[in-house]
Amino acid sequence: MTFTLPPGLALQKVDERIMTLNVGPQHPGSGHMRIIVQIDGDYIVACDPDPGYVHRGEEKMAEYRNYITNIPHLERPVIHDSCNVLYPYVLGAEELLGIEVPERAKYVRVIASELNRCIYIMYWLAIYGIFLGHSTMFMWPAGDRELLIDLMEKMTGARVTHAHFVPGGVRNDLPPNFEDVCLRQVNYFEKRIKEYAAVFYDNPILISRTKDTGILSRQDAIRYGTTGSVLRASGVDYDLRVKEPYDVYDELDVHTNVMKEGDSYARSRVPWLDMMESCNIIRQALQKMPKSGSVRVKLKPNPKTKGLESVYKRVESGRGSLGCYIVSDAKPEPYRVKMSVPSFRNLIALPNLLKGEKLGNMPSVYWSLNYWPVEADR
Amino acid sequence: MSVIAPNFKLSEFIKSLLDNVFWIVLLLVLIGIPAVMMVLFFMEMPVIDGELLTPFLALTWLADPSRILPVVKAFMATDIFRVMAFPGFGFAALLAAGTIFVERKMLAKLQLRVGPFYCGKFEGILQLMGDGLKLISKEIIIPAKADKPIFWAAPVLFVAAAAAFVAFIPVAPGWVVADVEMGLLGVFAVIGFFPIITILSAWSANSKFPFIGGIRALFQMVSFEIPLILSLLGVVMLTGSLNLSQIAASQSSFPWIVFLPVGAIVFFITMLAELERIPFDLPEAESEIVAGWLTELSGMMYGLVQLGTYLKLYAFAALFVVIFLGGWNGPMVVPPFPAELLEEGIELGPIVAGPFPGLPLFDQAMLNGTLWFVLKTVAVIFFILLPRGVFPRIRVDMLLNLGWTKLIGLAFVNIFIALGLLYAGVLGPGGLQ
Repeated sequence: MTFTLPPGLALQKVDERIMTLNVGPQHPGSGHMRIIVQIDGDYIVACDPDPGYVHRGEEKMAEYRNYITNIPHLERPVIHDSCNVLYPYVLGAEELLGIEVPERAKYVRVIASELNRCIYIMYWLAIYGIFLGHSTMFMWPAGDRELLIDLMEKMTGARVTHAHFVPGGVRNDLPPNFEDVCLRQVNYFEKRIKEYAAVFYDNPILISRTKDTGILSRQDAIRYGTTGSVLRASGVDYDLRVKEPYDVYDELDVHTNVMKEGDSYARSRVPWLDMMESCNIIRQALQKMPKSGSVRVKLKPNPKTKGLESVYKRVESGRGSLGCYIVSDAKPEPYRVKMSVPSFRNLIALPNLLKGEKLGNMPSVYWSLNYWPVEADR
Repeated sequence: MSVIAPNFKLSEFIKSLLDNVFWIVLLLVLIGIPAVMMVLFFMEMPVIDGELLTPFLALTWLADPSRILPVVKAFMATDIFRVMAFPGFGFAALLAAGTIFVERKMLAKLQLRVGPFYCGKFEGILQLMGDGLKLISKEIIIPAKADKPIFWAAPVLFVAAAAAFVAFIPVAPGWVVADVEMGLLGVFAVIGFFPIITILSAWSANSKFPFIGGIRALFQMVSFEIPLILSLLGVVMLTGSLNLSQIAASQSSFPWIVFLPVGAIVFFITMLAELERIPFDLPEAESEIVAGWLTELSGMMYGLVQLGTYLKLYAFAALFVVIFLGGWNGPMVVPPFPAELLEEGIELGPIVAGPFPGLPLFDQAMLNGTLWFVLKTVAVIFFILLPRGVFPRIRVDMLLNLGWTKLIGLAFVNIFIALGLLYAGVLGPGGLQ
């Protein structure tokens, strides 16, 4: 009996020393994807990432729902970063529908977005820790996330999937006394993440394991189209909050963290620095926010656009620049919603980074790319 | 109201209970008692106080409990007690179980969580028993293309090798299962079995990830055995003996770690590597190779390997204590046995219990030695567990580099220190000890 194997599994006529490993989708170090790795002894000679295990058709679903009911399901690709993943869609819908957002709502959005970025990075960091076999670095961020999740629960009513941003502002105003609680929690959170340096970032074993592994040069980082922390770890000063400020980011003092090394260690350190920057931004936003005022422009039921229009908006999410392209054809539902996700862009660099690396470096290099399998598949 | 058994009837419940009791009594009378009699018929019974131990004599214990004591003492002098219970398997398994509990709770406290909490009411103290029951009740799945006899045998061999290691450890003066002249060489021989068992288990599973894990374990154990052996040579030179009991006894005034700290450090690091503990747990690195050479093991096979691992951990910690920390030696803290209990008995209100001529079961020196030995072993185990909360895993090339260059070099430095101490006359014949 003959049968054809799927392309990734097809046996190749190569030297018999080479062993093909299927890392994933049921592998503890893969996430919801598969990496087909060919190893020669301890060295990786070829790597073929195979995403697509969690494709849920979010973009197609968006064509059957109107601009408001699209919100809860469009944040599903990255539930830990749900405010940021929804941000470009909301900005685009506002431009299409011609809505001017109140000033206070913009600040609330910035606060929610930065809190969510920290929540996402903490989750990412926890998994990075356990991928390197550092169980304390799994438990600490997973526990300290709770501080910010509690804040988001106070703010939006939901712990993970907030569905807080709507075209026209945010769903609810801040609860009373939120500013004080937020400032206190964020200050404590910043103090806490600074302690991670002692146990994780300054750990000699971690440094010797991740320094000079999986180096992505500046040219390659630009050529592959990587974004976010991966691009900034390769020495490119690129942050959409500074380069293309949206909402009120132009009124805030945002510092971009850049590292020149481009190795696995730099890619893991830049998100950590980003979290401290987020804490700074939250403190500034809390200070500059108008103390009262409306946070939402009420829309009519089933809002429509004037005619055939399209808009592309992008924001800096926890993983990089996240774009959303919306085409509207004067119906309550969008004609097409296309998300340009940073995870997939960052994954493109993986085969080139892993080639020639040791098998022991695979988890650290793979997860340092700030890749979220569900977002890449949408 | 919800009930667990809706058709419950008390009369039927009592009837079923009586049925069970009937069958148990019947089987006991028809099979159990004849079997016991057969055993007694063929077995040579011990002689206690000049009397042959017969079943009748054993029944007289019911009338005079103090007569049990000589029998217990006679039993404790047997080899089977030493192997099964005190310095051997039972004692080691108890300490290993305690180690697992302490590891979980300590790591949990380090990581700002509570750890096992509900099983057993107090701080999840019965969690290990629950885990054991779970592992026993799970189905054992054997890979279809596995080499089945070897795959089955490997976990058993692993526990057997770990238990053989335990047998060499002297816990108190005279309390050791195998008091052999070449004890340390025996330990090295037993340690040499572990890589073979590991690679057999990994290879026979006929699966990729266990194979890679097994190869890694082989690399690691073979390359760290050399510094392990070299780091202990200094102590052997100073004591002039390979007998572990003599090595422990030679440290009555000060432990060897005072003179040979380099050797102790090298031995501790190699010990971590031999035990596959973080930061050297590459053979089980879950983010790279699933669970390494344990990937295809399931159910109680996995449980046996875990038991063997922790027995090995205890044995290595105990070896460190015996060789570098002075074994059972320590200040006498156990009070002497009250003499009046032997001669007059103890007054319990209106009656006088005793006297108990069979007591004490253990002498003072043995209890004191065991106490110090356990305290030191627990301290060493604590330091073995600690890196798990602090360090990430290292890589194969870094590991081999560490083992083949740095540790072997340090082990030779240690040997030269020992030689220097010997020739300078500080230690050894005519020296301090």
